[in-house]
Amino acid sequence: MRLQAAVRRRPPTRVRTPPRGPLARADARAGVGLVLPSVVVVLVLVVAPILWSLVLAFKDLRLVEIARAPLFGDFTLDSIVEVVTSPRLWESLGATFAYSVIGTAGAVAVGLVAALALRRPFRGRGLVRALLLLPYVAPIVATTFAWRTLLNPQYGLVNAWGQALLGWERPVSFLTQRSAPVGIFGLELTVPVALTTVIAFEMWRTFPFAFLFLTARLEAMPADIEEAARVDGATPTQSFRYIVWPQLLPIVAVLTVLRFIWTFNNFDDVYLLTEGRAGTQVVSVGVYTALVGRGDIGAASAQALLLALILAVLITVYLRLVGRRGGES
Amino acid sequence: MSETTSHLARPQRVNREFTRWSRNDLELRALGVLRRVVIGALLLVAVFPFLYVGVLSTRDIASLQRDPARFWPNLDEVRLDAYVDVLLPYERGGQDFANLMLNSALIAVSTVAVTLLVAVPASYAVSRLEFLGRRQISALFLAVYLFPGILLAVPLFVAFTRMGLRGNIAVLVVVYVSQTVAVAIFMLRNYFRTVPVALEEAAALDGLGRLGIIRRITLPLSLPAIVSNALFVFMIAWNEFLFALLFLVEDRDVWTVSLGLAQLTNALETPPATLMAGSIVLTVPVVAIFFASERFLAGGLTSGAEKG
Repeated sequence: MRLQAAVRRRPPTRVRTPPRGPLARADARAGVGLVLPSVVVVLVLVVAPILWSLVLAFKDLRLVEIARAPLFGDFTLDSIVEVVTSPRLWESLGATFAYSVIGTAGAVAVGLVAALALRRPFRGRGLVRALLLLPYVAPIVATTFAWRTLLNPQYGLVNAWGQALLGWERPVSFLTQRSAPVGIFGLELTVPVALTTVIAFEMWRTFPFAFLFLTARLEAMPADIEEAARVDGATPTQSFRYIVWPQLLPIVAVLTVLRFIWTFNNFDDVYLLTEGRAGTQVVSVGVYTALVGRGDIGAASAQALLLALILAVLITVYLRLVGRRGGES
Repeated sequence: MSETTSHLARPQRVNREFTRWSRNDLELRALGVLRRVVIGALLLVAVFPFLYVGVLSTRDIASLQRDPARFWPNLDEVRLDAYVDVLLPYERGGQDFANLMLNSALIAVSTVAVTLLVAVPASYAVSRLEFLGRRQISALFLAVYLFPGILLAVPLFVAFTRMGLRGNIAVLVVVYVSQTVAVAIFMLRNYFRTVPVALEEAAALDGLGRLGIIRRITLPLSLPAIVSNALFVFMIAWNEFLFALLFLVEDRDVWTVSLGLAQLTNALETPPATLMAGSIVLTVPVVAIFFASERFLAGGLTSGAEKG
């Protein structure tokens, strides 16, 4: 498995003075011509719509009137004010942050453990690696469905085993119950059941991505420093703490930001598990519900705008991090 | 580590040396056990849900409700009726998944074709040619790659509703292309960079123009990368859910398998085994492609680690 390729394969940076002459000019023309179709697709279907959705956030438009309503003009702050002053937004943002912070941290942590556990070669390692990637590779509709079945209160295996083996008094509605009291060490805690389940699912589904990333980095890591440390008497945990971990840190940072960006805006997983019910209404599901459920284009765009603003900050952080790792831009 | 070398000379530290050795020993042993446990646990957690769905697809609802805690089915109750039920067309009482698979395949293959058509030339240009705005265009593709679909949902849904183009498979394909073109360019660009420049220069000396070089030298050499890229794009398009939901939900005839299964799970009257069979039917093609090409695809999944 050529995992390291993605991370390691970077050409030696060549200092190239831009060549001038007929050949270079022909190349420049060819370059523009070759890249143009892709740029047009991206401009028309990604960049322009995004800019236009900024406009939509400043309008109070309903889906039913979309066929006749003027698409420009009639600007108002109503939608934005309505969304920002709604108490549901803050609850929704809270859920989104809990979901993405804990989900990302958990996925990266599990991915790291997996990458370290599979670091030393053994028979069948390639197969084990491929199998570990299944949660990330399989269709999201199928994986959410598998877990909905496992967690089903009537016939799901988790509840059946929980009642038979762990002595649960009654089945737990993992995906439809907002919160439940749980007693640990005599303390009564209220646990947000559905949100916790959705976060755990996110860790399960995306740890393979972190695993793949970190495995690639581990394989590209020169072995001699670690060998020298072992010769000097470093134990495995010391060698990890002082040699492997510092080398992994930059990629862990990049990975965390990347996963955070995607988790923060994730729609599919939450929608397919709970449809945003029981305290799991993350902002992206809010956008969908406003758009399709209520036909409220203004509110949908205003929430999307909020996501986009947070995303812009995150992407800037990401570019800074990746830029610091070197390589040509 | 100077301590470890200097203490050899000092007899009173021999004891310390001994404990250090045993710590090393202890760690090696503990980690060795832990490693096995972790690998086993991860493997179980990653694979079990799929196995479970596969097994349930062969059990009928009565047997399931009688004994939900039993994982392995009795061999005499294994039946494949659910697969027949899910694949048959509506007219014959099925769930029409054979047709939905055709839809999904058509959409995914078209997405692959169009994506490659625009992404191959673009990635060659970005990796090899000096032209005005090259860096900016690379940055644009990276930003698009990071951009999540939900932010595009509102404007695209509104625009295509207004134009009356929702429910049109061709429109969905174009939207998919806009979602996959950036990641395709990343994967291919990284590969094109590894094709030796000297080969292209030799071909240029022999009188080939730029397009001739691409067609006769670069493309044949990059075929493995292009194929794996095609499979990767196929998987993205096959698995996609949000845009299929937004654009196709009103017309059953054009549903994809993903959308079909999601809609079925919300219909209460469908027997669980049928849903499980549908889920397996949805998953198998993607997993088969993944296992056939996993050594190539793994690199693609992590692209984006590098800056554009």
